[in-house]
Amino acid sequence: MGKWAIAVHGGAGVDPNLSTRCQEDAKRLLTRRLNLGISTLRSNLTAIDVVELVVRELETDPVFNAGRGSALTVKGTVEMEASIMDGVKRRYGAVSGLTTVKNPISLARLVMDKSPHSYLAFSGAEEFARTQAVELADDAYFITEDCMEQLKLAKKANANLFGLPTVGRETCKMKAEDNSLWMNGQPISVYAPETVGCVVVDCQGRCAAATSTGGLMNKMVGRVGDSPIIGAGTYACELCGVSCTGEGEAILRATLAREVAAVMEYKGLSLQEAVDYAIKERLDEGKAGLIAVSNKGEVACGFNCVGMFRGYATEDGTMEVAIWDEIFVV
Amino acid sequence: MGKWAIAIHGGAGVDPNLPVEVQEAAKRLLERCLRLGVSALRSNAAAIDVVERIVRELEDDPVFNAGRGSALTNEGTVEMDASIMDGSGRRYGAVSGLSTVKNPVSLARLVMDKTPHSYLAFAGAEKFARDQGVQLEDESYFIVEDRVKVLKFAKKINATLFGYPEIDSATLEPKGDVPFRMNGQPLFGCYRPETVGCVVVDKRGMCAAATSTGGITNKMVGRIGDSPIIGAGIYACKLCGVSCTGEGEFILRATLAREVAAAMEYKGLSLKGAVEYAINERLDEGQAGLIAVSNEGEVAYGFNSVGMFRGFATEDGNMEIGIWDKMFKV
Repeated sequence: MGKWAIAVHGGAGVDPNLSTRCQEDAKRLLTRRLNLGISTLRSNLTAIDVVELVVRELETDPVFNAGRGSALTVKGTVEMEASIMDGVKRRYGAVSGLTTVKNPISLARLVMDKSPHSYLAFSGAEEFARTQAVELADDAYFITEDCMEQLKLAKKANANLFGLPTVGRETCKMKAEDNSLWMNGQPISVYAPETVGCVVVDCQGRCAAATSTGGLMNKMVGRVGDSPIIGAGTYACELCGVSCTGEGEAILRATLAREVAAVMEYKGLSLQEAVDYAIKERLDEGKAGLIAVSNKGEVACGFNCVGMFRGYATEDGTMEVAIWDEIFVV
Repeated sequence: MGKWAIAIHGGAGVDPNLPVEVQEAAKRLLERCLRLGVSALRSNAAAIDVVERIVRELEDDPVFNAGRGSALTNEGTVEMDASIMDGSGRRYGAVSGLSTVKNPVSLARLVMDKTPHSYLAFAGAEKFARDQGVQLEDESYFIVEDRVKVLKFAKKINATLFGYPEIDSATLEPKGDVPFRMNGQPLFGCYRPETVGCVVVDKRGMCAAATSTGGITNKMVGRIGDSPIIGAGIYACKLCGVSCTGEGEFILRATLAREVAAAMEYKGLSLKGAVEYAINERLDEGQAGLIAVSNEGEVAYGFNSVGMFRGFATEDGNMEIGIWDKMFKV
């Protein structure tokens, strides 16, 4: 029997001025979802079921940028994406461009289990949702006040950026003053709890990963980020499970989640070494974070940006939830 | 100055009964494209420009399953995917779900060069196409008689195949032991020249790759395969450029294109060794093929399917085209 372990994240890149209330709310929610994961693991639920269950809860929380509370496109609409991967046989399911599906991660699971394909998007994915009779909701459910405010902020920031000299195509980052923090071309002030993810290794040593998001605030309609993409935002195999968050374009180009597993497989690095390598060496100027578990019951995380909402628990009783660099034992 | 090299493909998995005139037409087109690529490379064209140019040619010709002549969805419509990757900076652009854009690979290039994103899909991608003023066509341009016939055949087979491992196209009876099925459909009658791709290393040693497809005949609306997905159907970095084709779901799960580069980077394999490793070790039960070039002017390909349309040319004057196991010097 192996040892189980679980990690969750709620977005990399956090506004240092985020209100304490918001920080505490997010930490409380992460703790609650972690506890849910722990109790299912103690009841021998399989990794793939645990990651789906935990991410469903995070999608239901309006605080995070997934499901309810998703970031809005440039048109003020919601286009959600998610992916799930089962380390056993490296099975994968993903969805993009959802607007009415209450739990994108569960639809991704259905694509994996009930369709001949791996990835369905936009109206085809919505159509599939109806044939699977998953729970649907309308705009008012997904679109929150907070997000509408943030969209206004993001639009204002973009309008202010017009004409600035440096548009870094390498990183898709626009640079303004040196002391401002920017990610994905927007000031850190639009960054609150973001994309969510969960990685798990169960007591049979099986790994799984799941990631869900509304994407980038003010994104172009139809923009697909790293979260639904195998090897970029999500990866799981025999050795480990990984979920990433941050600058989507940088994570895609780095094939970040796959890198963690690849250096474990090909260079024999340990989980933590692999995570550190991926974050330090693969991101170029990109900013991102990731969580990972190994089939040996280890857990690790890494990020090179300002903060990452995260938490983890292992079978030996350790449990921690944190936002900034210090970790607070729960 | 490095040595240039170019490889192209037109699909892995070929109907052993494909009419000779179709085989010859495909080979003629591959040769024409190779010659185009060779003369561009001799004139110092950049790898990223050459792969785009060649894939545009392949999209324009109705013989291959890309652009004009794309495979049809289960509703008889066209939803095209494409991606392009520049090894220099690992820049990436991709599109999915296009129905009116004459050259999907060029739209993918525009996403890479002209937006803050990497991947646009469906209605959002179509809108971007209009904003960019790219050439658009209506359905009748993309939908060709041959693909309509293949769709009818695939629908008929799906209705009769339930539970049967392989069928004989003449009698529609279950048959022997050869795995003459891909993506759930028999090679007979369904597999013609398919997804296209091009990989190039130019005189400066820069690698690039491009892949374009209409996807699987009779696919679910909204289905996205491996072709537009970084690390799966396409990859390019400092060391190499890779384009894959075949069973999309297996290529995705294998992150096949990334594996070639990872095996070179992390295991120190040669290009040829990495290609063999990827095909032999990473595909599990999947059938696929790929082409690759290295920054040292080498070219390699591999496939475990029945046939793959392919061709390559190197600076030392070698030029070969093939469909089955043997390749023919041109």
